[in-house]
Amino acid sequence: MNEGLRTPEGGRIDRSRVVHFSFDGRAYTGVAGDTLASALLANGVHLMGRSFKYHRPRGVLASGAEEPNALVAVRRDAARYTPNLRATQVELYEGLEAHSQNRWPSLAFDLGAVNDLLAPFIPAGFYYKTFMWPRSAWQSLYEPRIRAAAGLGRAPTEADPDRYASRYGHCDVLIVGAGPAGLAAAAAAAASGARVMLCDEQNEFGGSLLAADPHGATAIEGRPAAQWLKQTLAALGSNARVTLLPRTTAFGYFPHNLLGLNERLTDHLADPHPEVPRERQWQVRAREVVLATGAIERPLVFPGNDRPGIMLAGAARTWLNRYAVLPGTRAVVVTACDEAYPVALELQGAGVFIASIADVRGPEDGPWAAKARAAGIPVLTGATVLGTAGRRRVNSILLARLQDGEPSDTQTQPCDLVLMCGGFTPSVHLFSQSRGKLLWDEGLQAFLPGTPAERARSAGACRGVFALGAALADGAAAGAAAAREATAAARTGVCPSGAAATPAVQPAAGGGAGFAGALPQPAGARGRAFVDWQNDVTTRDLTLATREGFRSIEHVKRYTTTGMATDQGKTSNLNALGIVSRALGKAIPEVGLTSFRMPYTPVSFGGFAGPARGELFDPVRTTPMHEWARAQGAVFEDVGLWKRARYFPRGAEHMHAALGRECLAVRNACGIFDASTLGKIEVVGQDAVTFMNRLYVNAWTSLAVGRCRYGLLLRDDGFVYDDGVVARVSENRFHVTTTTGGAPRVLAMMEDYLQTEWSDLKVWLTSTTEEWAVIAVQGPNARAVLAGLVDIDLAAAALPHMSVAPGYICGVPMRLFRVSFTGELGFEVNVPADFGPAVWEAIWDAGQAHGITPYGTETMHVLRAEKGYIIVGQDTDGTVTPDDAGLGWAIGKNKPDFVGKRSLARPAMTSPQRRQLVGLLTTDPQTVVEEGTQVMAQAGARAPARALGHITSSYHSAVLGRSIALGLVAGGRARTGQTLYVSIPGGEVPVEVASPVFYDPQGRRLHA
Amino acid sequence: MRDLSAARRPPLVSASTALHALPPATRYVLRGGADVRAAAGSALGLAIPATACRATVGADRAALWLGPDEWLLIAPHAPPPAFGAALAAALEGLAHSLVDVSHRQSALVVSGPQAATLLAAGCPLDLDASAFPVGMCTRTMLAKAEVVLWRTEPQVFRVEVWRSFVAYVAQFLGEAARGII
Repeated sequence: MNEGLRTPEGGRIDRSRVVHFSFDGRAYTGVAGDTLASALLANGVHLMGRSFKYHRPRGVLASGAEEPNALVAVRRDAARYTPNLRATQVELYEGLEAHSQNRWPSLAFDLGAVNDLLAPFIPAGFYYKTFMWPRSAWQSLYEPRIRAAAGLGRAPTEADPDRYASRYGHCDVLIVGAGPAGLAAAAAAAASGARVMLCDEQNEFGGSLLAADPHGATAIEGRPAAQWLKQTLAALGSNARVTLLPRTTAFGYFPHNLLGLNERLTDHLADPHPEVPRERQWQVRAREVVLATGAIERPLVFPGNDRPGIMLAGAARTWLNRYAVLPGTRAVVVTACDEAYPVALELQGAGVFIASIADVRGPEDGPWAAKARAAGIPVLTGATVLGTAGRRRVNSILLARLQDGEPSDTQTQPCDLVLMCGGFTPSVHLFSQSRGKLLWDEGLQAFLPGTPAERARSAGACRGVFALGAALADGAAAGAAAAREATAAARTGVCPSGAAATPAVQPAAGGGAGFAGALPQPAGARGRAFVDWQNDVTTRDLTLATREGFRSIEHVKRYTTTGMATDQGKTSNLNALGIVSRALGKAIPEVGLTSFRMPYTPVSFGGFAGPARGELFDPVRTTPMHEWARAQGAVFEDVGLWKRARYFPRGAEHMHAALGRECLAVRNACGIFDASTLGKIEVVGQDAVTFMNRLYVNAWTSLAVGRCRYGLLLRDDGFVYDDGVVARVSENRFHVTTTTGGAPRVLAMMEDYLQTEWSDLKVWLTSTTEEWAVIAVQGPNARAVLAGLVDIDLAAAALPHMSVAPGYICGVPMRLFRVSFTGELGFEVNVPADFGPAVWEAIWDAGQAHGITPYGTETMHVLRAEKGYIIVGQDTDGTVTPDDAGLGWAIGKNKPDFVGKRSLARPAMTSPQRRQLVGLLTTDPQTVVEEGTQVMAQAGARAPARALGHITSSYHSAVLGRSIALGLVAGGRARTGQTLYVSIPGGEVPVEVASPVFYDPQGRRLHA
Repeated sequence: MRDLSAARRPPLVSASTALHALPPATRYVLRGGADVRAAAGSALGLAIPATACRATVGADRAALWLGPDEWLLIAPHAPPPAFGAALAAALEGLAHSLVDVSHRQSALVVSGPQAATLLAAGCPLDLDASAFPVGMCTRTMLAKAEVVLWRTEPQVFRVEVWRSFVAYVAQFLGEAARGII
């Protein structure tokens, strides 16, 4: 097709650059500078979508972000498929492939349109009333069917291959919207030397100036508007303190002047470089914000107002002046304010026949009526619209006057274009999101920004200052004031004071009051008048809601869906309010206004994810010895952000076999284990021992230098929070270890107490988790393995169990711990982390003669369970006291206080019926029960029988040749020897309550 | 017995135009009051900063203010106990904490005309020279990693990163560099 409706000259397009594109598989051409919508209109295509619920044919209503109808999908490939884009915002590029939505089999012939015939039976809330029986069918049948029939685009089926960037921004003044007011604000703020950011959702800056009549007399500062625009942008662009962000939507306003900006970098390119991010999401912290978000023209609500070819007057002006497209050949204008008249005259000048202007005001002529009549355009004042006709495009409109509810002067006007102008609704979305209060202006029939809650000010049409000159002055004043405030020496954290917030210009007419609500209709009129095009909400849905008792506008919104979803009522809110207000007999401000939700327009998920996907989703922390383990074929598991070796399978060995082999190696020879991820905190200072005494349950004063103790940390409620070995390295220095996952929270808890409760103590905390590589050497041969490498006497008398000594291993400084989490003779070699790999390899080499075997976390778990050592978070769950866990012995009985001490004295915390950690042995030694399984007193118990407790740890023990389990069981220790029952898949098994120490209960091996 | 005293393996970073790793260094976290600051300063021949978020730089060493009683001391790598022993001796008898963290973290350098922009991909602070001048240092976040960020020259930032986060930070900055167009 050719662009038959393109004017021969004018517009902000480049006719020399032809762009090929397709819509629903059909090939078209446009030119550089087109949007998808303008190019389709140039080709005479008005039908661009089907409506949400009734599948009615729809064309473009608007020309920008507020477009509710022309929602299309743009496809580059299977993965790059973006649904629900407004055709008015899709920039055309060579080869663009667009598809209409919500239709089957085709846009022109859509079977779903049967819904339109069923419309009388499916009003607002029909699904709440209709699909009530049978109850179970709602989830399985009705809802899925309704969702399939309604809804719009479909999601892409493949993972998004594009890149998304993130950036934090900071500025003195952020200006949202680069129309006349925003540009004037930016120029004024920049002139004062402030750091300025200016963003606009469109590809070009200029706002309403982009659609101004090039032949018109509009002048700014003595220059033609287009020249002013060019020169203003050039000046801003050359200022290093100014950041210009076109194609950037400010989608959300968050506390403390943090705004979310979505910058689209490549969507307009035919062949974007795959390395270049598709979008950049900004988080901008602005000292001051100027909102210059403009106003959105309001449609008029009359029967049949949704046919393709019926659009806003301002949209038609944009098609003509910006895109050089004639949106029709024969037009009727229906208006409630003066702004539609110049549009009619401009279109007439471009060759569009204006059949009539129907002004709903009157019956007196307005100021423009004479001009229109002089140009040969009939003007019908006091008019209303009774209906329209035309299936896929409007072909006539029925105009009339109403006398006491009876139509008169009825006339049918053939036309292919109907322009509506119901007035202008200031875009207060961001202001409202910032929790600023909105005030109803009776004269303007609009909600305007009232007192801001943030350091923000509104300028121009978004606060009702519509006339160009006034908007420019308003913007300049706001920009200058914002810059002054932002750079003022003494800034307060509060929002601008009264003086600062006082507008420089009073909101003035220039954008007339217009009309809010539905045009009057004769009694018994039957046509459907749409209020919310995107959600297919009609006047009748709204009046039905009020008849059914909904009074709050928030309830009406939810019942009818008006103003919901991605559109957020950009074109519909005020008309809906007007209708509800009339139905309830209440003034509009009494009916209220629904909240504006972010985002202003939809933002892709990719933008929110940014670079945080795949390998960058979260940091992957690895230990110094990670590469060695990887080379050995270790299977890793995630522990917090860490990768830890879980076990080291040999060849095709399964986990069960590997665990058995590794466990026996440690029990019979020697194992080597990477314990580097353990949290480590160096507690240093003359009050270090006092601090430890107050924090941990243990008695620390008696701990000699060079000795270690198992430390237990509670929360103030008395429950176990963390544990670990603590070494006294010197009189005033403790080397505290924590669990891997607990490291950050234990340090935070320590700092919290130190800073808020015990700030008098001379003690300081330093995280040393990553300073040390920790190599555990465990097993009867451990001493023999290390003896030749270290300069320390390893004899039991010289270095007994639970001691620590400084020294060197192969010339590397070391803290050598004699500790064990396996129950065997054990050492933990701590060396500065960079030395970890070399020292590990030296131990590995030395261990070859002694059967050294690497083991992983899973093996470690089995070994410690054989000894009844708990793992905090596995055998405890935040409700376990030291005594519950069998750790009452650790408590320093003579200490005056420690965190959690008072809680432990409460009666409920000392009850003998508390769940206590016990060993549980299945009668069949080969049965390994599942962790988490409930433990029951009787066999065959059925709900609601009360469980005695649950299994916390369960393994097969190779050294014992049977299964073992730990569990928390009510009054468990007193039940030793009793038989309880644990369910397994397909039945239940008896278990005997036993000591939790299954192996070497005397601890002889430990002290070897 | 083999001698491994030179067998260090710091975290690996593949260098790019905007990013490279610095060689291992000696680092201490020093905690204490004004007396400690003064004594450490004379021992090091370097004024330890009392001004918040500022670093002082000597011939081969630097002191970074991280808190009212907390400094990060950085010196060239030398076999212990050279640096720490002198310091410990000078602080004898004063209430303080001195902890060796030489291996805890690595230093990355982000440099070039776009250095601040590159860091802004993941650092929420204002890195404009007016807000973050040369000599300023602070703990902050770089994407999901905690770092110490120090502007050493107008277009050069030193980023101190805990060793297990080095790979993540380097990869993040590599990805962020693609976003600068």
